[in-house]
Amino acid sequence: MDRIAPWLQTNWDRRAAGNFIGGGTGAGLAVFAAASELAGGTPQRWAYLLAAIFIAAGLSLVWIEIGRPWRFLHVFFNPHTSWMTREGLVALPLLVALAAAAWYGGAALASVAALLALVFVYCQARILRASRGIPAWRDPSIVPLIGATALAEGVGAWFVLNFVAGAAPGGFVLVLALLALLARWIAWTAYRRSLARRGAPTASRKALQAIGLQLLVLGTIAPIVLIAASLGFADYARPLALAAGLLGLAEGWLIKDTIVLRAAFNQGFAVPHMPRLNPASGDSGIRQGWS
Amino acid sequence: MTRWVMVADLKRCVGCQTCTAACKQTNATPPGVQWRRVLDMEEGEYPDVRRVFVPVGCMHCADPPCMTVCPSTATRRRPDGIVTIDYDLCIGCSYCAVACPYQARHKTDRASFAYGGAPSRAERKRFDGRRLAVATKCTFCVDRIDAGTAKGLTPGVDPEATPACVNSCIAAALHFGDVENPASNVSRLLAENRNFRMHEELGTGPGFYYLWE
Repeated sequence: MDRIAPWLQTNWDRRAAGNFIGGGTGAGLAVFAAASELAGGTPQRWAYLLAAIFIAAGLSLVWIEIGRPWRFLHVFFNPHTSWMTREGLVALPLLVALAAAAWYGGAALASVAALLALVFVYCQARILRASRGIPAWRDPSIVPLIGATALAEGVGAWFVLNFVAGAAPGGFVLVLALLALLARWIAWTAYRRSLARRGAPTASRKALQAIGLQLLVLGTIAPIVLIAASLGFADYARPLALAAGLLGLAEGWLIKDTIVLRAAFNQGFAVPHMPRLNPASGDSGIRQGWS
Repeated sequence: MTRWVMVADLKRCVGCQTCTAACKQTNATPPGVQWRRVLDMEEGEYPDVRRVFVPVGCMHCADPPCMTVCPSTATRRRPDGIVTIDYDLCIGCSYCAVACPYQARHKTDRASFAYGGAPSRAERKRFDGRRLAVATKCTFCVDRIDAGTAKGLTPGVDPEATPACVNSCIAAALHFGDVENPASNVSRLLAENRNFRMHEELGTGPGFYYLWE
């Protein structure tokens, strides 16, 4: 029998997921590094360099996925409607701004880099939103989810970096981190509800449901508790923040991996009416694999 | 204005796949790639079973999501509604494939042939390396349409100017024509029969109609 019910897309693989992971983590890290700097924290310039590496690595994964990699300049041909073109166009100044922020330092460059990072993540979110063939991607609520996830991944990367650097995140950044983790959970819940309301392939919803509890416990509650504990137990602040960061980061990557690979069922085929040869017969159509 | 569309009469289609074979023959698509397919849709359990054969492929949408997302402008929509791919511009990113709600796009990274590693004489003659690692799909046999109209022929009426799948249909289930012309064959069919377009709720404006009553 032919495949009628939605099936998992195979056009984009782990390399594409890697672009969303690298882009989100790098952009989130750039935002938190800049926020920390603007809040009076000790500037950690190499955070910008690492953010650039994350973003460039993600884009490189896409480059090795495309069928004609040596035509890569063609990606810039359609800024009018293609969010992939816009992602590429933003990536160039973003990487330059991150390199400049890492090299020269200063709040102004950091702010520019953070702003471009936010635009970059927005483009990535809109890439998914524009994919009308994948119900779990085209839902409008994917945009705030990808944005909030990027920020939460940035929290994770920032905390890990601080641990490596022997520093503890400042109070203002801790508050922002709590907000980012909460925002991710709220966006995730809104996304799931939106899919339930608008309809999505049953298999997509199952794939998302499978990580829901883990995301709540390990990706939201646990890091929030760890961050709160780091405020109360100054002696253990660094390892506690590290643990919170690792959890925030890993669960963000899990969300991207799930959305891009495991929940990415296509539209499938459906007919709203069956051919009616006999006027007495019913005409209800066929649509399989949806709920 | 002209808008070429296809009409499939679900009451007539017998699922013989002749259109699929004709498309493969005409367009020399590699193994596993079928620009024109006929789905065998079945639902229910014996004895209450329903079955329908549904030709599918590129729907040549009025608002094609594949074109909007394409970063290279390889995918374009002609004024007559036919959605085309410029193989020399396409980068093979497959963004169009995930944007298409009809699973109409294909990408083959390596050359493959019907009988093992070596191409047959016919396959060698018709092999087009430009189609490797880029997106491909049904073209509505645009070259036949253009060549035919240049000779003053009418697509959908004159076989020489009509897509191969339509020409081959043994049950006269597939039709092709200009939906903007009220006197055309497809306009008359749509006026005389109840019809739908697949996934119409997505707002893509498919140029492929199904007659069901």
